[in-house]
Amino acid sequence: MTDTAWIDNALTSARPQAVGALLRYFRNLDTAEEAFQNACLRALKSWPQNGPPRDPAAWLIMVGRNVAIDDIRRGRKQEPLPEDDHAISDTDDAEEQLAERLDGSHYRDDILRLLFICCHPDLPATQQIALALRIVSGLTVKQIARAFLVSEAAMEQRITRAKARVADADVPFETPGTVERTERLAAVAAMVYLIFNEGYSASGDTAEIRSPLCEEAIRLARLLLRLFQSEPEIMGLTALLLLQHARAAARFDADGAVILLDDQDRSRWNSKMIAEGLALIDKAMRHRRSGPYQIQAAIAALHARAEKPEDTDWTQIDLLYGALEIMQPSPVVTLNRAVAVSKVRGPEAALDMIEPLAARLSNYFHYFGVRGAFLMQLGRNEEARVAFDRAIALANTSAEAAHIRMHIDRLMRDSKPRGAKAGK
Amino acid sequence: MLYAILCYHDEDTVGSWSKEQDAAVMTKLRVVQDKLTQQGRLGPVARLLPTTAATTLRKDDPPVVIDGPYAETKEQLLGFYLVDCKNLDEALDVARDLGKANPGGAYEIRPVGHFTPGSVPK
Repeated sequence: MTDTAWIDNALTSARPQAVGALLRYFRNLDTAEEAFQNACLRALKSWPQNGPPRDPAAWLIMVGRNVAIDDIRRGRKQEPLPEDDHAISDTDDAEEQLAERLDGSHYRDDILRLLFICCHPDLPATQQIALALRIVSGLTVKQIARAFLVSEAAMEQRITRAKARVADADVPFETPGTVERTERLAAVAAMVYLIFNEGYSASGDTAEIRSPLCEEAIRLARLLLRLFQSEPEIMGLTALLLLQHARAAARFDADGAVILLDDQDRSRWNSKMIAEGLALIDKAMRHRRSGPYQIQAAIAALHARAEKPEDTDWTQIDLLYGALEIMQPSPVVTLNRAVAVSKVRGPEAALDMIEPLAARLSNYFHYFGVRGAFLMQLGRNEEARVAFDRAIALANTSAEAAHIRMHIDRLMRDSKPRGAKAGK
Repeated sequence: MLYAILCYHDEDTVGSWSKEQDAAVMTKLRVVQDKLTQQGRLGPVARLLPTTAATTLRKDDPPVVIDGPYAETKEQLLGFYLVDCKNLDEALDVARDLGKANPGGAYEIRPVGHFTPGSVPK
């Protein structure tokens, strides 16, 4: 039996480029996807015999386009594979020519357009992600449904609906200008981060099922980085995803309960991903054009660099969160900063910092978890307990609730019989 | 005679290997490497980080730093250095010094992911 894994890999990695180019030809997503599918079928037939083409993407674009044009000419959609592969034998000479014409800059805008279509502002975030995973990454509906923990039928419907909405949208096909390209890139980067978070925010019992989302997001980030080699924010995004995902194996215990950063077995962090993440931040910093992804990546890097939790450079993390607060003000950023502040200046200062956030984060699990932890450090156990109770009520997953319950157990154990706490 | 064996492969393909696939390949390679090591014939082995982590210094006057791997085809690979540096800036400084001594062409600077020093008789 021949090993076809290499063909699958080649088809997967050529997909964004090929579908992107076919979309530019046909200006219709369904036609482009179908053309790509047909080209893949022919590749599966031809490549095992003839070996891989020099440029698989160019081959697929060429064949996909020819087949689709044939189909359109004949006015019918379905057609059995031709016995003699004339569509294929033609391509050998033409391939090089085509590859010439489709130089890097073309590909770049094709792929960016394809991704950008998926981030249509009318689509809710979950639909954007599902659409991108289907169209750009080529995951099957079944795979996507599994990662989202919904039924296949529900996911099928979600994707169909998203596609219909995108089809009605007016997508410009001319080459984007600099400003437009920058805007598209920012929207696409945000979507890639959403895909990652969809996988990263999984609870312990679903983390393994959902981690392909993280891996796919990293693949897309690398793809973007290869297309836009000098964009520090894309370097930052890729680094951020790598540094966060590097901790995947250490984030949950055998029962699926959350293990906090301080308690994680750091030998289980993926050193290869960390090395790549650190190298990318290094590259990004040279540009002296800071941005939210770079700052978040730099924070993740400071954690990754610390061999033991007590080696963590919290002062630097505090400063970085301060910079992020200015760039992207949000109560959640301030809450994260407060954790760093508690390490540098103590829990009292940290508590003062999050007090004003109470109204805006009154339904946010982490707010009460963090608040409870500060209060506990201050020995204000009764108040801590109230905060933890509120956190449990707001927990999104059983793992989150279990984690807070652990704090409460510790409070119960530690607190003196009469709750003697003089310090305030 | 010492021979350098330079490894080329499709980065997307290798990058899309699962952890298990990657480990399986590494295990098979180690069998070959171990044999060479026992014979005292294996020098340094390095696995480079992806080209997305690469930076190129064009040795023009003045030298130009470009993000990304060396992409031209009109020059050929003639040699390489392994240098221990604190960060990319330091590596670029080394490359600039080398470039002053030997202008023209380019250096591609790639962080090394995995490294075994090996040993061969001089």
